Amino acid sequence: MDTEQGIISHAQVHELIDIVRKVHGFDFSGYTKASLKRRLTRIMLLNKFEFYDLKHVLINDADFFQGFLEEITVNVTEMFRDPSFYRAVNSQVVPYLSTYQHVKIWSAGCSTGEEVYSMAILLNEAGLGKKSFIYGTDINTEVLKEARKGIYSLRNIKSYAENYQYTDLKGSITDHFTILYDAASIHNELKQNTLFSVHNLISDTVFNEFQMISCRNVFIYFETYLQERILDLFYKSLCPLGYLCLGSKETIRSDTFKSKFKVINQKENIYQKVGT
Amino acid sequence: MGPDKKLLERWHAAQIVLLGGSAGSFKILFRIIKDLPEKLGKTVILIIHRKKNFFSEIEKLFAENSRMYMREIEDKDILKTDTMYIAPANYHTLIERGGYFSLDVSEPVWYSKPSIDVTFESAAEVYGDKCMAILLSGANQDGAKGLLKLKKSGSLTIAQEPGDAEMAEMPKAAINLGAADYVLTQDEIFKLLLS
Repeated sequence: MDTEQGIISHAQVHELIDIVRKVHGFDFSGYTKASLKRRLTRIMLLNKFEFYDLKHVLINDADFFQGFLEEITVNVTEMFRDPSFYRAVNSQVVPYLSTYQHVKIWSAGCSTGEEVYSMAILLNEAGLGKKSFIYGTDINTEVLKEARKGIYSLRNIKSYAENYQYTDLKGSITDHFTILYDAASIHNELKQNTLFSVHNLISDTVFNEFQMISCRNVFIYFETYLQERILDLFYKSLCPLGYLCLGSKETIRSDTFKSKFKVINQKENIYQKVGT
Repeated sequence: MGPDKKLLERWHAAQIVLLGGSAGSFKILFRIIKDLPEKLGKTVILIIHRKKNFFSEIEKLFAENSRMYMREIEDKDILKTDTMYIAPANYHTLIERGGYFSLDVSEPVWYSKPSIDVTFESAAEVYGDKCMAILLSGANQDGAKGLLKLKKSGSLTIAQEPGDAEMAEMPKAAINLGAADYVLTQDEIFKLLLS
């Protein structure tokens, strides 16, 4: 009954962060600790590890790390999560995007791709499908494999269907999928203009210029100083007047960046780059 | 009879008040938020199970009727005195060592997001004996383990009397775990919170 209590201490969390940085080159020091600790505890319980077992495999078992990375980063996502956000994008960002000949969008921390395809559906419905291209990036190669497939279990699609109803987009979510027994495959025309690749927000740099960047429910895992560093990366990756979308409970806390981004929608945390 | 002296002392010493409720807890929570004074001298945190796409209803109703300043938690909000925070739907709410909240979208716990266990456990780690927590009516077992962790960290822990709750399972699970210092009826809970 008492297995939960103090399974890993604060100091041990820091010890593991150190090991992961030195051995694997991933820096988790800017992650919020309560959440990180919960993930580490979960990994230990799943593997029936004591702290020293976990330390040992992180140092000595190279194959363990990919699975570790997958567990440590939260990959829970939904299609059309926060339907009101998609309504806001449709009414406040799409008119701006439509003035461009080619629209480039970056979905940062895209996990298994649900948000990328939600955006692809929205743009397609707005008539921008042919001229837009969405880049989905994540630090995790395994989730990107899933994203590229664009195949989701029917059970999940059912739960996304309710979100879809609230977006005010026409039809139903299944209009955009081919159903195969217990799975649903996103239509090829929606997949064509997407590209999924590995990018680490903490250590990688600018790789293109975008009219819109969506990074939703990623900042919640980062300390504010790290958020600020990544805001700088986003600022540099946006074209003048480009849009930045954060999660519905994530705001720009940094004073420096408050003056570099204008609030377009307070509730949905949609911002526009000002200045150059 | 009013609350006993030891209980009163511990209530007055608490700096952080955690209220966890699920099915059947709305009425009692509504009465609590309506009756708590504007300047309680404590931080109040509400964790309430609810459906994800209907977020604004409970928050709006509570905010309109509470005397204390009320706020739906946003990521990295700092815990302040005389503020009532409500954990947002479709996120888990955690408390960090620096005295601020962080949110998390990971898997539901007991089919619930927000999960009461998640917030209670992280509060126990950061604030230990500075907390008091009440686990109210509910139809699953979320919150019981978290309440136990709070108790072990020195927090004052209370479960609603199951016979007095609309849904007995949640407080009952906590009592069975030995997580509750006190088992109180609705009326006893009000008396305590207002004294």
